[in-house]
Amino acid sequence: MDIRPILSTLRRHKTAAALIVIEIALTCAIVSNAVFVIGNRVERMDTPTGMVEAELLHLRVASIARVENADATTAQDLAVLRGLPGVKSAAIVNQLPFGANSSDTSINLLPNQPQPTVSAAFYLTGEGALETMGLRLLEGRHFAAEEFRAQSELEHDAQVKLPIAMLDRATAARLFPGQSAVGQSIYLFDGPTRVVGIVERLAPPQPLQADGDYGVILPVRPSYRQGSYLLRVDPAQRDELLKAAATALEGVDSRRVVTDKDRFDQMRHSYFQQDRWMAGLLVAVCVLLLVVTAFGIVGLASFWVQQRTRMIGVRRALGASRGQILRYFQTENLLLTSIGIVLGMAGAFAINQLLMTHYELPRLPWVVLPIGALVLWGLGQVAVLGPALRAAALPPVVVMRGA
Amino acid sequence: MFRYYLDLALRSFQRSKALTVLMVLAVALGIGASMTTLTVFHVLSADPIPGKSERLFYVQLDASERGGLAPGAEPLEQLSRFDAETLLRDKRGARQVMMTGGRVALQPPERDAKPFFATARYTSADFFPMFDTPWRFGHGWDANDDEAAARVAVISEEMNQKLFGGADSTGRMLRVGDNELRIVGVLAHWRPVPHFYDLIQGRYSDIEQVYVPFTTLLVLKLPIVGSLSCWGNGNTPDRRALNAPCAWIQYWVELATPAQAGAYRQYLVDHSEQQRAAGRFERPSNPRLRNVGDWLAFKKVVPGDVRLQVWLAFGFLLVCLTNTVGLLLAKCLKRAPEIGVRRALGATRRAIFAQFLVEAGAIGIAGGVLGLGLAGLGLWGVRQNPASYAQLAHLDLPMLATTLLLALAASLVAGLLPAWRACQVTPAIQLKSQ
Repeated sequence: MDIRPILSTLRRHKTAAALIVIEIALTCAIVSNAVFVIGNRVERMDTPTGMVEAELLHLRVASIARVENADATTAQDLAVLRGLPGVKSAAIVNQLPFGANSSDTSINLLPNQPQPTVSAAFYLTGEGALETMGLRLLEGRHFAAEEFRAQSELEHDAQVKLPIAMLDRATAARLFPGQSAVGQSIYLFDGPTRVVGIVERLAPPQPLQADGDYGVILPVRPSYRQGSYLLRVDPAQRDELLKAAATALEGVDSRRVVTDKDRFDQMRHSYFQQDRWMAGLLVAVCVLLLVVTAFGIVGLASFWVQQRTRMIGVRRALGASRGQILRYFQTENLLLTSIGIVLGMAGAFAINQLLMTHYELPRLPWVVLPIGALVLWGLGQVAVLGPALRAAALPPVVVMRGA
Repeated sequence: MFRYYLDLALRSFQRSKALTVLMVLAVALGIGASMTTLTVFHVLSADPIPGKSERLFYVQLDASERGGLAPGAEPLEQLSRFDAETLLRDKRGARQVMMTGGRVALQPPERDAKPFFATARYTSADFFPMFDTPWRFGHGWDANDDEAAARVAVISEEMNQKLFGGADSTGRMLRVGDNELRIVGVLAHWRPVPHFYDLIQGRYSDIEQVYVPFTTLLVLKLPIVGSLSCWGNGNTPDRRALNAPCAWIQYWVELATPAQAGAYRQYLVDHSEQQRAAGRFERPSNPRLRNVGDWLAFKKVVPGDVRLQVWLAFGFLLVCLTNTVGLLLAKCLKRAPEIGVRRALGATRRAIFAQFLVEAGAIGIAGGVLGLGLAGLGLWGVRQNPASYAQLAHLDLPMLATTLLLALAASLVAGLLPAWRACQVTPAIQLKSQ
C-alpha cells in the first residue's frame, strides 16, 4: 500500500483532515484522564480497613435525659448484646472507619517534642474490640483484661496515664523504620506509652489521607455516650440481629434512642457513594465522547467518499481491486487517527499536570498510552468501515458515467 | 433576507436529514452536559446572603500554644470561650454572635410519643438579625435573655410542622431532654446555600431545627456537636469551661460598612497583644477577619468533584463543536455547485456568508432547545446523587437563558469556518464543472 497518494489527497483537504485530527486528539486527551480518574476512584473504593467487614454490625445509642452512670449502663448493654444468640462477640469503640466520629492525636518519639512525628487516628477500644473487629496480630500481644480502663476515669484525672498501646503496621514502620516497634516508647500526652503489639491494618475513620493512614490503639473503654457498639455476627443473620440488638439496647434503658444502626458493609457503601457516582458519570461521558467522535468520523468519511467518486472510478477502471479501495480509506483513517493520538497524548499529560496541581491526583501512568491508542485506532477503523465499504462497492462504469 | 436564508437552511436540512440530526444531537449533548455541570456549580457557589456578605466577617485568633508552627500560619478555626465572651462583651461591631452546633432530644407534646433527636444551634441573640432570618411567628430573643440564660427557644418551620402541625406555637413549651423551654419564635423557610455560618456541620446542610441561647446551653449542659480542638499538655476535665484551652466557638461580626474591617482587625490585634501580655497567648498576634465570600473561598466550599465536572463538560462541548465544524464544512463543500449558481446570479460573498451562519445558528437553536431538555434530565440525575448539595440542583431563569445563548454562540463560532469557506467558492469553476 503506497501512502503517497493518500498524503497528496489529504494535502488538498487540509481543513477537514485537521478537524478530524483535532477531534480525535481532544477525545484522546479527555478520555485518558477520565479513565485514569475512574481507576483512581475504583481503587479508593477497594481500600481495606483490616476488619472482618462482612461480619460486623454497628450501633450507637443516645440518651434523652441527663445520664447518671453511663459506664454501668454500658457494661449492661454489652452483657445483653453478647447474650443475643448468633452474636460471636461485642465490644465498644470510640470510632470506626467510615464512621461519623473522628478523633486524632499526635504521636511523638520524645517527650516535649516541638513538632509531632505523626498525626494518627486515636482508637479507644474496650475489652474484646480487636477480636470483634477481626484485626490480625502480626507481632507482640493483645491487651490483657486487667489493662483496660474506663475513658471517664481518665477524663477526671488531669494527669493522663496511658502505659500501653498497639499500632498498625504502617504506623509502626513510619515511627520505627527498619526495627521492631514492640517494646518501644511513644509519647501521646505526658508520659511514655509502650507499644505491646502490631496489627496488620486498622484504617482511620476517613481512610486514604494525603499524608498516609496512621493509627494508635489504646486499651481505654468509652461509655455509650462517647462510643458505639460493634458486633461480630454470622453474615447470614446480619439483618435480623441488627433489629434484635437495637430492641435489646432500648430495653436496657427506655430513655434512650438508637441513633445509628448499620451493617458495616453498608457503611462502606455509603461512604464511597460520591466516588461511585463520579466514576459512573465519567464512564457515561467517556462513552458519549467516543460515540460523538465515531459519528464525526463517519460523517466526514462519507463526505469524502462522495467527493472522490470520480477518483475511485478512475482507479477502479485502471485496475484497482475493491480491497485496494477499502484499504485506501482505512489507511487514510489510520494515518489521521495516529496523528490525533500523538497530539492527544501530549494533551493528556498536559491536562494531567493541571489536575495534579489542582486536584491532588497522581501522575498519569504510561500504560494509558497504548490502551488509549488501541481504543482510538479501533474506534476509527470501525467508524470508517461503513463509508469505505460503500466506496469499494461503487461499480467503476457507473462512477465514470455519473461523474 | 433573514427569512429567505432560514428557508434555504430548512431546505438544506431536509436534503441531508441524517447529517442534520447528527449535528443537532452533537450540539445538544455538549450543551446539555455543560449546562448541567454549570448549573450545579452556579448553585453551589452562590452568595448565601446577598447584600450583606461584604459586611459579615468570620473571626479567628491565634490562641494555641507556641508549638512548632511557623508564625503567620493559619490560626485555629474557632475561638476559645474566654476570647469569644470577651469580644462579645466589647461589642466593637454593629452586631456580633458566638455560637456552636448541637443535637437535642425532643419530646413531642403528645403523651407516649417517642422522643427523637433534632439538630440545634446554641447562639447569642444577634444571630437572627445578623443573618436576616425570616420569621413565620414571633421573633428571636434579646441580649437580656442571653444575660439571664433564659429558658427560651426558636424552632424551624419544619420542626413547628412536626411538633405543632404548623400552628402558631409561640408561648408553648418545648421539652428538650429534661428541660422545658418556652418557644418565642418560629422561623419561616430558610435555606442559606452554602451553610456558610457553620461549615463544620456540613457545607450544604439544612438549617438547624432548634435555636437556644448560648448561655442557656452552658447552664443546662446540652449536648454539643462540632469540632473541638484543645492544646496544652495534660487532659482538661471540663473542656467547655471559661478558661479551658480549647477552641470550639464560631464567632461572626457584622460591621456597618466593609471599610471598618481595618479598624476591627486592629482591635483583634490589640486583643491578642493584651492576651499575650497576660500570658494567655504564646504566639505572635495573628488574627484573621474574612468576609463571607473570602471565608467560603478559603474553605474551598465548592467540592473539587463539581469543578472537575465543569471542566470535563466543557471539554466534551469542545469535542462536540469540533465535530459540528467538520460536518458543517462537509455540507458546505458538498453544496459548492449550488453556491456557484447563487454567486453567478448576483449573490455577494457577504450574502453567502450570512446564509451559512443562519444555517449554523438554526442548528444551534435546535441543539440548544434539545440541550435544555438534556440538562433538565442531567440535573434530575444529579439530584439522585447522595451528596447533600445534590437536592439544590435546579435550573433557574438566568441559567435557562445562558443555555440558549451558549448554544447559539457556540454554533455560530462553529459556523464561522464553514461559512467563510463557502463564500470563497469561485462561481466560474463550479459552473464549468456542472
